[in-house]
Amino acid sequence: MAIVKVKRPKLSWHEHLYLPAILKGLGITLKHAIAALRGKAPGAEELASSGLGVTMQYPEQKWDARLPEYYRGVPALVTDEQGRERCVSCQLCEFICPPKAITILPGELQSDNPWSKVEKAPREFEINMIRCIYCGMCEEVCPEQAIFLRQDYAMTGGTRDEMVNTKGRLYKIGGMREGLVNKWNKLK
Amino acid sequence: MADSAPATADKLPKDLAAEKGMVNVQIDDTWVQVPVGTRMIEACRMAGKEIPHYCYHTKLSSPGNCRMCLVQMGMPPRPAPGQAPTYEENGYQEIGWMPRPVIACASTVAENMGIRTGGDLVEKCRNGVMEFLLINHPLDCPICDQAGECSLQEFSVEHGRGCSRFEEMKVKKPKNVDIGPRIRLDDERCIMCSRCIRFMDEVADDPALGFIDRGTHTTLTVHPGHRLDSNYSLNTADICPVGALTSTDFRFQMRVWFLKETKSIDVNCGTGCNTVIWTRGNDIFRITPRENNEVNSCWMPDSHRLNFRYLHTETRLTDPVVKSRGRHEVADWFEAITRVSEGLKDYHGDEVAFIGSGRMTNEELFLLKHLADTLETDLLTLVPRFAQSDGKLIAADRNPNTTGAKLIWASNDPYAKLKAIRKGVAGRRIKALVVFYEDLLAEADFKASDLENLDLLVSNHILTNDTASVSHVVLPGAGFAEKRGSMVNITGRLQRLNQAILPPEGAMDDWEILRDLIRALAPNEPERNLVEDVFGEIADEVEEFEELTLSKIGDLGVHVTDTDESIPLLETERVRIAAGEIVG
Repeated sequence: MAIVKVKRPKLSWHEHLYLPAILKGLGITLKHAIAALRGKAPGAEELASSGLGVTMQYPEQKWDARLPEYYRGVPALVTDEQGRERCVSCQLCEFICPPKAITILPGELQSDNPWSKVEKAPREFEINMIRCIYCGMCEEVCPEQAIFLRQDYAMTGGTRDEMVNTKGRLYKIGGMREGLVNKWNKLK
Repeated sequence: MADSAPATADKLPKDLAAEKGMVNVQIDDTWVQVPVGTRMIEACRMAGKEIPHYCYHTKLSSPGNCRMCLVQMGMPPRPAPGQAPTYEENGYQEIGWMPRPVIACASTVAENMGIRTGGDLVEKCRNGVMEFLLINHPLDCPICDQAGECSLQEFSVEHGRGCSRFEEMKVKKPKNVDIGPRIRLDDERCIMCSRCIRFMDEVADDPALGFIDRGTHTTLTVHPGHRLDSNYSLNTADICPVGALTSTDFRFQMRVWFLKETKSIDVNCGTGCNTVIWTRGNDIFRITPRENNEVNSCWMPDSHRLNFRYLHTETRLTDPVVKSRGRHEVADWFEAITRVSEGLKDYHGDEVAFIGSGRMTNEELFLLKHLADTLETDLLTLVPRFAQSDGKLIAADRNPNTTGAKLIWASNDPYAKLKAIRKGVAGRRIKALVVFYEDLLAEADFKASDLENLDLLVSNHILTNDTASVSHVVLPGAGFAEKRGSMVNITGRLQRLNQAILPPEGAMDDWEILRDLIRALAPNEPERNLVEDVFGEIADEVEEFEELTLSKIGDLGVHVTDTDESIPLLETERVRIAAGEIVG
């Protein structure tokens, strides 16, 4: 593997001063503040019900509908269109996970299973949400596109055990995903 | 360039090569000397150049069928009749490079030969071979057990293309074929290196495997009516460079990159095969052989490598147990040791006997002898465990450390006293008996009624058994993977066990149990804090162990004494090396 040496960018004098960048940032904040006060901010009509109309009443009001597609919430397992498990318990996510939040117990598909060609599926799959740092490495590393960071963010639990997402719960959060996965194709 | 050969009494080191049985070879522009008859691939390895290969294995014949080890070769041009060979200033002849590559695994070196392990031609060849090998290879890596230790993966990183140019359908072959009780075959992953076929034929003497069909349809299979059920079949999974042959026992248990490797030895027979114990957390996942040309070559019997699950079973003893008023009750170690030492104090000489085991390490045997000496008894024995040798790696003596007991107890027959002890127990002359590691009822022909008549029966076990249930005190010990120590195999080689996992919380390392017992009986004994201290005492007392320490034994062991035993598989291998069939 080749080693790529990254060069530090050369900063000009005003970049070295940092002040222009700080002023620029303040400007953006100010722009949004004025827009919000004038009732022109995104979602203004939902917020209009209280006070100045700039405060969101969480949890009665939520921002969920406006979360971007790339939002990194709770990691979860997904099934394909026919309800088959995409995960083959290759344990790459367990390996890459920086805080070691993932624990997988691999298992074998029985030969009477119609999809026994895939051979392998997780027997147990646990993500400890106390440990998870929502970095998305698991999604990035997955060779079967089986784990995704969903838009859920409100993970709560009364005990430590409740904060561990088991396989059943992960599939419930993850739901179904469409997309081409070749492993079930008998000809591939 | 000089015109003629240098003066005859030349002192150039290259000219002395022939006298030493060496030849001069140029490997990637560096001249080295290697022994005559060395394979090119081995010569390159000596020069620090690894050549990628699949079918070549030092312990097997070289058919040269994977073509991965192609290198460029050159020899001095043959002079015309009457023409004298010309020499360069450094004394070597000029090399004429051949336009076509040769396989490095089956060609031997010659004087003044040149080998290029890199360069345009070689790189192109390797890339081409890799592309052909990957044409029909399935993208199974996420589910394949070999992933992480797969040569195909490694070399495709170095020499592969990253994407396939092959647009046609891949050839479909049988997957997940049950060819034997311990091996699963996936034909699509096979790259036809034939290592497994050669192993079964040449080493295991059970030629059960072979290829059928031709071209891209070539398929590995078992001969009709046969199964791959040899006791050496799991070695085929070890030598398979890809995931075509995988172990049923280890199948989908854990990815190899999570496993920690601990070098140790096998304790199922006197051979003491060198092993690697693969663990994650406190669980053993598999045991594989480790190369040692003085003990087990590269191989290991299946029955021995699969014999580790008992360490993780329900019947494991996890706490010391003391019998009071006819019932076994869990005790702490202090209580158990005190009970034993208080009990033993009253007996002397012939009233007390000790039965050890050939499965104990040298350190434990030494301390057991010491314990017997403290009580001034010479009733000390091992339990013999003899069966048929299999003519390969399994020795007739199934005790791994009989030779060690002979050396440490300075006795030619460490089993001699067993009969006397059995009689003494039956005749009630022996009042107290201490047993380490052995189930006397199952293995040594003792009668339960006799054992029940003893005033004190102390036993140390890993698992519950009948002897434990009639014992007054049961001391839970550590298994072979849970301790550090040394053993001497049947050929007199001192080898080391290393600790791969921890014993259960309430159990203790056996040498520590013995140490505490000795301490309780004789408070003036020296302090022994490490197992190394015990080995130091052995080294002081036993001549063969002089100047050795546990660390000095090393991973491959040290020959300490001569015995008249030999390992049959090594004898066969030496004959084949001498005949030039294998590199060895």
